[in-house]
Amino acid sequence: MNSETKTHPELSDLFNKDEQRVDWHDQTLWWIRQKRDKSAHSIPEWEILREKASEIKNNALSNLADYLVSFEQKALANGIIVHWAADAQEHNEIVHGILQKHGIRKMVKSKSMLTEECHLNEYLEKQGLEVIDSDLGERIVQLAKEPPSHIVLPCIHKKKEEIGDLFHEHLGVPAGTSDPQILTEAARQHLRETFLTRKAALTGVNFAIAETGEFVVCTNEGNADMGAHLADVHIACMGIEKIIPKRKHLGVFLRLLARSATGQPITTYSSHFKKPRAGQEMHLVLVDNGRTIQMGREDFRASLKCIRCGACMNTCPVYRRSGGHSYNYTISGPIGAILAPNLDREKYADLPFASTLCGSCSNVCPVKIDIHQQLYKWRQVIVQEGYATSSKKMSMKIMNYTLSSPSVYRTAGKAGRWVLKYIPFAVNNHFNPWYKQRDMPDAPKESFGEWYKKNVK
Amino acid sequence: MSRDKILAALRQNQPESVPLPSSMPLVRVEILELQAKFKTVAEGIGSTVHLVDEFAAIQPLILARFAEEKRILSTIGELTALPAFELNSDPHTYANVDVAIFKSGLGVAENSALWLTEDQMGIRVLPFITQHIVILIPLSALVPDMHAAYQKIGEAEYDFGTFIAGPSKTADIEQSLVLGAHGPRSMTIFIYA
Repeated sequence: MNSETKTHPELSDLFNKDEQRVDWHDQTLWWIRQKRDKSAHSIPEWEILREKASEIKNNALSNLADYLVSFEQKALANGIIVHWAADAQEHNEIVHGILQKHGIRKMVKSKSMLTEECHLNEYLEKQGLEVIDSDLGERIVQLAKEPPSHIVLPCIHKKKEEIGDLFHEHLGVPAGTSDPQILTEAARQHLRETFLTRKAALTGVNFAIAETGEFVVCTNEGNADMGAHLADVHIACMGIEKIIPKRKHLGVFLRLLARSATGQPITTYSSHFKKPRAGQEMHLVLVDNGRTIQMGREDFRASLKCIRCGACMNTCPVYRRSGGHSYNYTISGPIGAILAPNLDREKYADLPFASTLCGSCSNVCPVKIDIHQQLYKWRQVIVQEGYATSSKKMSMKIMNYTLSSPSVYRTAGKAGRWVLKYIPFAVNNHFNPWYKQRDMPDAPKESFGEWYKKNVK
Repeated sequence: MSRDKILAALRQNQPESVPLPSSMPLVRVEILELQAKFKTVAEGIGSTVHLVDEFAAIQPLILARFAEEKRILSTIGELTALPAFELNSDPHTYANVDVAIFKSGLGVAENSALWLTEDQMGIRVLPFITQHIVILIPLSALVPDMHAAYQKIGEAEYDFGTFIAGPSKTADIEQSLVLGAHGPRSMTIFIYA
């Protein structure tokens, strides 16, 4: 898929061509949001938990350098080999170097948004290595040669019939298969063979504990464990912000993570890796890739508290109707839209505008990131730095002029109502982006200001 | 060096230190209430739960339930009629295990997760690679929530440990729940008094 140069509105247009699919996508994600609500409401202390999680993350970020040093020291003592990578390139080289040292050309990988962010698969494939993603959703998008469209539900945009076609082509299931049970079983057999034959496994990290040097990986499928416990070499990759101070803090985060993500009380597996198993080599790569810069931006630093549950996507009215691929960044949805501009303000200038600023994302965030306020702040930074499109700049100028003068505002209001009433075709046409997928409203007879003058003496 | 660069940048950019919050309060719940909660949650996520009055009742139930299965491994010495686990350091040799049986010393009522450490697993891969998993837990080892669970784990030393809640599962295809993604297709839990 070549979406390198397309903006969020352009990519959303593509997604919106199939209205039925948009409705289905919207409803599926809303259903997950409702499961999250049911799960959260079953915990009376839910809001206290969110507050604690937020405070623990604030503490972790404000002492991150010390916590990283402590974590490294403990992890080394536990027998884990620790690497530091300043950026995506260095991260990819480190992973490649480990594989080269062992003469390994094929690796199995479980879900890691960080390696997606670093484009590790493409990098290793260019070096002639093979990487197989083992999370079912990730394997599906890998076979389709697409990026994941959601951080927790990578193929949420795909219909089972399309997955059946992919599995027919690549895994040899009979044509026309679309039963999720049969498709999952086919993937199980295919990936079991993969797990049993790979000498290296790469996993992500959900939490790393400064106090003990252990790291925790959460999955429902068991794929991270199948890979790691069978391989001679386990490589775990994490962004530096994944550190939490103490083991007991896992109690807070594991209660929040799965409930926020899918409404489950906990993921099936929450595996605590402290030492390599006898005879195994365990590597851990700590990656910066822009995080230390984000740390220095007071308005945006809280985005580093994210635990990647995806709740903000499931609830977002824009994400649900535009699809994850419309964001054109590894992490889509509201959180992606505040993380992406940190890396490249020009390329991702449109993302903070892909929001209604309704605030639903901030309300469901388990670590209380002020997502919608950061979106609003990014807009100001982007316009000030001159990355906004010219139409956006022009409309902002006109808006500013209109709203700064009461008389211009009144005249513009009257003109608008007159147009909607007498010549609606002047706005009900494809030159008006607001008219796409929407009907224009009927014009009220008078403005609130006019009504007020008449009725309030 | 990237390590020093990253640490220096953090020391430059991270905000002034803020304190950690107080811990979540530990709640007390009556043991039979814990058992009822655990069972409801476990069954809700696809596990089968047996409540038995005495340990001796467990073995016949396992033998009956898995009579058809070929390779059964028990890591629990007291289950004398079941083949005992023997360590082979190559994890691949366990690829054909049908049933693996473990004993946990910590279960969490709010999410039905059972804590296993490497010494209780025999070998790390076993609870994941087996087609069916069975875990035994004494009633007295149930705690209400994850805060109590980590208080019980405390500073314990382990090389590897995991919470297991139910059979492995996925809903990646159109959100249809399928049990048996990569790991066990079923989970059977015995809570004994």
